[in-house]
Amino acid sequence: MLDVITILVDGVVYASYLFMVALGLTLIFGVLRILNIAHGSLYAFGAYAAATFTTFVPALGLPPEFSLIAMFLAALAVAIVLAPILERGLLRLFYGRDEVLILLITYAVFLVLEDVSKLIWGVQPYYVFEPRNLFGNVEIGELFYVGYDLMLIALAAVAGLAVWLGLNKTKVGKIVLAVIHNPDVSACMGVRVNWVYLLAFFVGVFLAALAGAFTSPLISVQPGISIPIIIASFAVVIIGGLGSIPGAAIGALIVGIARATAIYEFPAAEVFIIYFVMAIVLVFRPEGLFQRTQARKI
Amino acid sequence: MHASTKKTYLAGLLSGLALIVLGFALPDWLLFTVTKAFGYGLVSLGIITLMRGGLVSFGQGLVYCIGAYASGLLAVHAGVTEAPLLLLIGMAASTVVGLIAGPLIARYRGIFFAMLTVALSMVLYGLLVKMNSIGGSDGFTLPEPTFFGWQPTVETSDLALYVLAAIVVAVAATACRLYYDSMAGMLALAVRENELRVEYLGSSVFNVTVRNFTIAAALAGLGGTLNGMALGHIDPLFSFWTTSGEFVFIAVLAGHLSVSAVFVSSLILELVRSFSNRYFPETWQLVLGSFLIAVIIFLPGGIGSLWERIKGGRKPTGQKAAERAAEEGRAAP
Repeated sequence: MLDVITILVDGVVYASYLFMVALGLTLIFGVLRILNIAHGSLYAFGAYAAATFTTFVPALGLPPEFSLIAMFLAALAVAIVLAPILERGLLRLFYGRDEVLILLITYAVFLVLEDVSKLIWGVQPYYVFEPRNLFGNVEIGELFYVGYDLMLIALAAVAGLAVWLGLNKTKVGKIVLAVIHNPDVSACMGVRVNWVYLLAFFVGVFLAALAGAFTSPLISVQPGISIPIIIASFAVVIIGGLGSIPGAAIGALIVGIARATAIYEFPAAEVFIIYFVMAIVLVFRPEGLFQRTQARKI
Repeated sequence: MHASTKKTYLAGLLSGLALIVLGFALPDWLLFTVTKAFGYGLVSLGIITLMRGGLVSFGQGLVYCIGAYASGLLAVHAGVTEAPLLLLIGMAASTVVGLIAGPLIARYRGIFFAMLTVALSMVLYGLLVKMNSIGGSDGFTLPEPTFFGWQPTVETSDLALYVLAAIVVAVAATACRLYYDSMAGMLALAVRENELRVEYLGSSVFNVTVRNFTIAAALAGLGGTLNGMALGHIDPLFSFWTTSGEFVFIAVLAGHLSVSAVFVSSLILELVRSFSNRYFPETWQLVLGSFLIAVIIFLPGGIGSLWERIKGGRKPTGQKAAERAAEEGRAAP
């Protein structure tokens, strides 16, 4: 029983930040039709930026609680700097082209960003341990869990809810949905489609960076952290169905719990359990769990 | 024999001979680099074969690694060091895997196809890392290959492997050109344009895809074995997705118009890699990424389209013109 609780808690914590990354990925795909391989690098930039920003908190003599704000601002800064450069400067040139070609462009962006992060922050690891002590420990069953980890779950839920409400309950959201449905007609109705694209990309980058920033206390921030995240979040959106928010949530939970189960019960399977689950889902649901099968066009 | 077929054979033979002669003139460090580029080029030739049918595999490392491990394990544990035989074994092993995996993933398209191939290759990576009996994540070192019973000395071993690689490349490139120009090979272009119409016309899209995937697997097996012998060491990174990414990189750089362009672009990648490793080891991915973006923006048909442009003085006819037109998004003449 203890095992089950441990697996569940660890799995859901992992699922929570994976969900934030996957949410951005699925939002960008839904609106811009781009599967962004560079998304993992944006997560890494968020983590690095958080490592830098949180050092300002003690330097300015502020109480440690402010490091949460610092991490939030770090993610925002990453999105403000990178989203316009990537979307307006590069991806815009390839709208309407083959999806696989755009996949390659984002692969190239991934290669570039990996090295840019090394140029800015070097190759030595950073440790952001301060914020992890903020929420104390919580006892579940007979085991203690770090409160910060559980806070991540809440953060992911808030992020998911915010994006869902923003899309379905606000005027801007309705406009975004209209653009998803048909960009040409939306443009004819006076929607600034370019702005909607930039907005969606901005939110996507922000979510990835936010996940990176708030995960940074859990990991050592160093080159290469982007790769496992991008692979796992790809699996999440493919399992859930590209462009679906509930799909991303369910997919993240499936991947998170599968990984935690593997780590505790079959450590040998840890490296490939994610792909295994993804392959099984694709065999039965070729378009993912929450995607309607599309008719082939003649 | 059709005139263009004869021309393909002749071109294959001449370029094979030219490559062998060139081998005697090249310095040792370049010989090694070119041999590696040949290995990479063979795998990317497989991706080109798939690309002609509208699919991109981001997990070609799977069959590349299978080929390398199959021949490598045989060399270590069964004492088989005969290089040509090892190449055949590597190719056969990858072909079998291609024949098994092909039908499973042939019904997926676009991103899903790409991601499933990544998944398969990463499952293999995960398995190999955990298998300590064959070296785990460190892999294992291979014995020096022999060539028809002849054991080359340290000075001649690079050259011997290079000559073998040049022959394999010439044969593989000729075979691919012949296949692309054949009825079965041209069907792939039709599949890329419109699958449903191909089926209405009575051909099987599934068969075309499985055939192309198997050919790609066979080529990757050759490339994997060759690179294993060139490096003298094999590890699970052969199946890692960034390795597969490099194969796709070469294929995109080359474009699918010219077979020879694949080997030129794999050589470019290898040279960029060796120079970057030497002069700016921290930023070689940056160079590579920027280069890829530039190629996609300015040369959407790949560097192979330069060949066609140079030949463009003559009015292009037949299949190549149709391919070029398709590449530029116009209707075929």
